[in-house]
Amino acid sequence: MPETVLADTAAAKGAEPEPRRTALLGGRIPLARLRDLALVPAIVVIAIVGQIVNPVFLQADNLINVLQTMSEIALLVLAQTMVLIVKKMDLSLESTMGLAPGVAAWLVVPVGAGHGLGLLPGAWAIPVTLAVGALVGVINALLIIRFGLNGFIVTLGMLIVLRGVLTGISGGQTFFQLPPSMLYLGTAQWFGMPASIWICLVLFAVAIVVLGWTSFGRSLYAIGGNVDAAKAAGIRTDRVLWIVIVTGSVLAALAGLMLSGRLASVASAQGNGYIFTVFAAAVIGGISLNGGKGTMFGAFSGILLLFMIQNVLTLAGVPAQWIGALNGLIILVALTISRITGGKVQE
Amino acid sequence: MSDGERSVTPAPAPADDGRVPSDPPVVEATGIVKRFGPTVALNGARITIRPGETHALVGRNGAGKSTLVSVLTGLQAPDEGTVTFVGAPAPRLSDRDAWRQRVACVYQKSTIIPTLTVAENLFLNRHDHGRGRLISWQATRRRAQELLSTWSVNVDPQTLAGELSVEQRQFVEIARALSFGARFIILDEPTAQLDAAAINRLFDRIRDLQRQGVTFLFISHHLQEIYEICDMVTVFRDARHIVTAPVAELGRADLVAAMTGEAAADRREERATTLDSGATAALSVRALGGDGYDDVSFQVGAGEIVGLAGAAGSGRTEVAETVVGLRAATAGDVEIAGSRPRPGSVPAALAAGAGFVPQDRHHQGFVPDMSIADNATLSIPKRLGPKGFLNRSRRDRLAEGLIDNLAIKTPGPELPVSALSGGNQQKVVMARALADDPRLLVLINPTAGVDVRSKEFLLDKVEETAETGTGVLIASDELDDLRMCDRVLVMFQGRVTSEIARGWHDHDLVAAMEGVDLHA
Repeated sequence: MPETVLADTAAAKGAEPEPRRTALLGGRIPLARLRDLALVPAIVVIAIVGQIVNPVFLQADNLINVLQTMSEIALLVLAQTMVLIVKKMDLSLESTMGLAPGVAAWLVVPVGAGHGLGLLPGAWAIPVTLAVGALVGVINALLIIRFGLNGFIVTLGMLIVLRGVLTGISGGQTFFQLPPSMLYLGTAQWFGMPASIWICLVLFAVAIVVLGWTSFGRSLYAIGGNVDAAKAAGIRTDRVLWIVIVTGSVLAALAGLMLSGRLASVASAQGNGYIFTVFAAAVIGGISLNGGKGTMFGAFSGILLLFMIQNVLTLAGVPAQWIGALNGLIILVALTISRITGGKVQE
Repeated sequence: MSDGERSVTPAPAPADDGRVPSDPPVVEATGIVKRFGPTVALNGARITIRPGETHALVGRNGAGKSTLVSVLTGLQAPDEGTVTFVGAPAPRLSDRDAWRQRVACVYQKSTIIPTLTVAENLFLNRHDHGRGRLISWQATRRRAQELLSTWSVNVDPQTLAGELSVEQRQFVEIARALSFGARFIILDEPTAQLDAAAINRLFDRIRDLQRQGVTFLFISHHLQEIYEICDMVTVFRDARHIVTAPVAELGRADLVAAMTGEAAADRREERATTLDSGATAALSVRALGGDGYDDVSFQVGAGEIVGLAGAAGSGRTEVAETVVGLRAATAGDVEIAGSRPRPGSVPAALAAGAGFVPQDRHHQGFVPDMSIADNATLSIPKRLGPKGFLNRSRRDRLAEGLIDNLAIKTPGPELPVSALSGGNQQKVVMARALADDPRLLVLINPTAGVDVRSKEFLLDKVEETAETGTGVLIASDELDDLRMCDRVLVMFQGRVTSEIARGWHDHDLVAAMEGVDLHA
């Protein structure tokens, strides 16, 4: 993690004038870096509670199950985190997640099975999915960056349009009989773990490195922190914003592909309501809605914490009808806890 | 000292024994003309800055200082004229790196990113890259530490930039400028947000760097600072170069005279006073203290026009805003036409009989997309109809009266204010201030950004209002606004320092505003 991103309050309150080095382990780990690990104690506590509630919790099968169910939404968190760091928002990620595989299924699924058109061979499904994601990103970026429209409203409009398009092409029904190429990512096992977990973990690792250790990644923080200063430092801000928005949408399409593969279908409501969990995870993970602050690792621990708590509740036998209410409550409690541990007002 | 810094930061040049008059100037601008639409911001302006000197640039608002800075830093190309650096022509505007190697400007507005560390701000977009083209944070940090210690800036490179004080931030920005190789630095009002001790530290730093061969262009409104720190001074007035001279050879009176020019005789000085000393005072302020001012006491009689002058940051605006309830004082009290409104409440001040024109009409003056009628009657809802209902025809009648009264150029009261020119917008704001026949009229910079004819008109209106027995308080640093005042109170650093009766000379008032004693 880049030690540069978040200040621990302890560091902020340190002695002011003389050069100080608040750090652990002989200066190897600056305290500021520990802010990224703020959620780790919470995750450990939940693991212990989970184990007490039901000994199944810490078994490999259950943990893999948790990771697999969160892998798709975690990619949305990754995309949203990048967008939030540059001080934008993308609400349309959740419907991109439904529409992109939806369009692929529509073109590929043979006539007679639901609303499929059967126009393209099955191998086209993945390229079509990713292309739809990229296209949505390009339209968003065009409206937000090129035409200077408000990003929140543009992507809100896009959220509704894309959802409507998916309902339109599917006739409100679910696409079944997906080609094997679409099923692969959601069902394959690599080295004894589902492929979607690998994809999720690898992409987060890549994102952590890119955001922390490359000029491109640091330019995201610069843009979110003070766009004029970023321009003055020679950063091509518009180009970076384009890349971030389009990459975000492609990631959402990939997440949709993984989800469709796991469920072997594309429901017309696929992804519906995910965006709220995505925002909650990002904010719990320390991403500022005002841009320029937060890390990928924090975002990952945010979504992991939310899914672990849900899993513990299920194992504890909480009736399914109440899970929704509890989910919302968990988000509020988690935010409160991270406010207490983070010590700063969340923006 | 600088071994780890590569060529970006060559060791400081030898001390100023290298200062020979025959050296080419660090920067030389000649015949600069810059127009923005019909306004001429610079008209054949020139400046020559020699190596190692600290050169002051002074002039009143609108003299062209900021335009010159943007020309010298390559943010804007001049329409005519040339800029040379050490004898060589200036680089193309798009070549930002080349500009950064020649000149840097520390603006009043910060150009650092508060959420990143000092080290990262210093080397943004030019981090050290280690293996696999990834950023090496260790090397970046070390280089930042070296840079900061080379220029003896005592800041931990791992601090978040947002946690720095204004002073530290300026030092970091100066160090960043030096790390690009620039040895010519423009400081744009660097002392505006600093307290006296910090100003002294900044000046020590400037002298240190000057000894190491850094040249400064210093812009300030505080003339005594120029005498303290600068070697040469250039005065601009009305977009033109007036004089360049060694500071030691230009007395304070001459400097002020150069800034103000020969003031044309003004008819306003002949205005007969309309003070009605028998009536209740329109405003009396006793021992008022608050954010940016302290122990301010004065009275404005009925029909009297009182000016409240002072440079930016002198506290004049704050006092005027306290009077009308935009701010609450921490000490003292305000009495408007005999009643004492609740402090910090605009409605209470308006109810007590105040009307006011706020400092920035775009910010506080009007709602741009609302009509002239709505804007002009915004503060008098009670007169628009019974029980909070709005009678449109009554509103339009009232508004038409105001439009006539102030000669606002508009096809009708329904036009949005944003469609008007600056002068007419200000008239709408003035109309609102006058809508309820105030006993006290408070004007803050009433003619800022207003064309000459509207300005004349607005000031005539103020006189007319005073004739009806309204007391007027004008807080401004524009001499033209203050000319018709019965007396002018001058504020300096939060206190009323002098009172000047009508018939003053421009340079007396300017000197008082700048805190300079001409007779010292």
